Amino acid sequence: MATPAAAIELNSLRRRSPRRVLPGFGLTLGYTMLYLSLLVLIPLSAVFIRSLGAGWGHFWDVVTDRRVLAALRLSFGASMMAALINVVFGLVVAWVLVRYTFPLKRLVDASVDLPFALPTAVAGIALTALYAPGGWLGVRLLSMGIKVAFTPLGVIVALTFIGLPFVVRTLQPVLEDLDNEVEQAAATLGASALQAFVRVILPALWPALLTGFALAFARAVGEYGSVIFIAGNMPMKSEIAPLLIVTKLEQYDYAGATAIAVVMLVASFSLMLAINALQHWALTRHGGR
Amino acid sequence: MAAAKLPSAMDARLSRLLLIAVALVFLGLFLALPLLVVFVQALSKGIGTYLLAVADPMALAAIKLTLTVAAIAVPCNLVFGVAAAWAIAKFEFRGKSTLITLIDLPFAVSPVIAGLVFILLFGSHGWFGAPLRAHHVRVVFAVPGIVLATVFVTFPFIARELIPVMQAQGKDDEETALSLGATGWQTFWRVTLPNIRWGLLYGVLLCNARAMGEFGAVSVVSGHIRGQTNTLPLHVEILYNEYNYTAAFAVASLLALLALLTLAGKSFLEWRQPELRHVAHARDRTRRAIT
Repeated sequence: MATPAAAIELNSLRRRSPRRVLPGFGLTLGYTMLYLSLLVLIPLSAVFIRSLGAGWGHFWDVVTDRRVLAALRLSFGASMMAALINVVFGLVVAWVLVRYTFPLKRLVDASVDLPFALPTAVAGIALTALYAPGGWLGVRLLSMGIKVAFTPLGVIVALTFIGLPFVVRTLQPVLEDLDNEVEQAAATLGASALQAFVRVILPALWPALLTGFALAFARAVGEYGSVIFIAGNMPMKSEIAPLLIVTKLEQYDYAGATAIAVVMLVASFSLMLAINALQHWALTRHGGR
Repeated sequence: MAAAKLPSAMDARLSRLLLIAVALVFLGLFLALPLLVVFVQALSKGIGTYLLAVADPMALAAIKLTLTVAAIAVPCNLVFGVAAAWAIAKFEFRGKSTLITLIDLPFAVSPVIAGLVFILLFGSHGWFGAPLRAHHVRVVFAVPGIVLATVFVTFPFIARELIPVMQAQGKDDEETALSLGATGWQTFWRVTLPNIRWGLLYGVLLCNARAMGEFGAVSVVSGHIRGQTNTLPLHVEILYNEYNYTAAFAVASLLALLALLTLAGKSFLEWRQPELRHVAHARDRTRRAIT
């Protein structure tokens, strides 16, 4: 028999442990897991299972094929170059947006997200129109002897466009948090602006720079729409790996397409884990200050 | 002292101007010029040609399909986003960070591979190819495949925006409503939803932009049947490959306008709710606040 006092005790106990007070945990978590499994996990596992089905020997033959290797080299190499360009200029853009004021700054800031919002096919044909031999920029570059469209250089240009917001948006909040006083202290101690930047600011920015680089790189490796128009898509020269997957699919070579997809998926998942680790590192560093 | 300070102040101004110039030239080359060239090319043969290209029956069919696909894919991911954010932001459970990583997974997958997975599942040689054929159901090279591929590539958008927003809000409001006798659904509709409305809109806006603009994934599963499985971005590609540049840029200008509207809406929402900026960072901050 529960006495009233015991009932009150029980109630207050319940109130003291707020775990599971809100309803809907089972429903929402269950739905999340179901939806995630049906739309993402099972479909993605199909790639790995199908690839196993074709056998290791076939997989190895596909991924060591000269044309496939050339495409993978171009995809990863051009993505690396584009991400490096974005690290350098993204740092300048983020710095200018955080530290300085100038006319139309808000508009410039908002425009940084354009590559997120503009459909990749539109970006692709626009960049091609600009850099083609008869285009606004192509004409001038050609007169200097530089061919951009339909060469690997064109691939780098498209991937730079695609990766641009990642570095800027990763750096901006870190720069906003960075104390101006540290630099001023460095300056009063006789450090030049450049010294202050290299010794004081750059070390604080490393994790964010690396994260931005990795995010831009990861996005660029898989990019398709903006690249295929400007690349020219010559096998062994300017053919990216995602395009090779599409080409193999069009030839009904499912096993070949799947093998390339496995290589790219393993690379992107490793990158994703690296980015997570980087962010954790940045976080603990930040919190330890 | 003053004489020594003067050149350094000039240096500072000079380096400031130089850096601003570098940033603006870089953004001008990579953002402003591509956007400008779309509209210049679209209108290069006059407004009449432009309107003809946009009002072409195939273009109209593409617009209709794009709107239909977004109208299915975005609500699907909206319901999922709200459910996932509720479970993750309001409760503690093991494997939470793994779950967040898995939700982000589609962002790490090439759009082409997002299309490929549905060919492997539902294509004629796919796992479910034979039973689908027996029942005369077409998924791949038909609208259902386009919807699936679009849902896949836009999967994390809304969940990812909502999780930090709900985490920042905590669960005090909901617990108060419940203790005052509201049911779970009442609490959700009257307390949680009004609290997260800006974050929700933000996620829907970004999700919609990607859903309407997706090219790679949709291209793989579409089959490019004109008037039937051609979305707007695919229509741009077809026109472009036919050397019909003016029409290609005219249709592309519609998508560019959508992008500009999206950016304007995004800026408006960030002005209403400044926390929405730098979402990844906000998530880190809430994580820091929790631990």
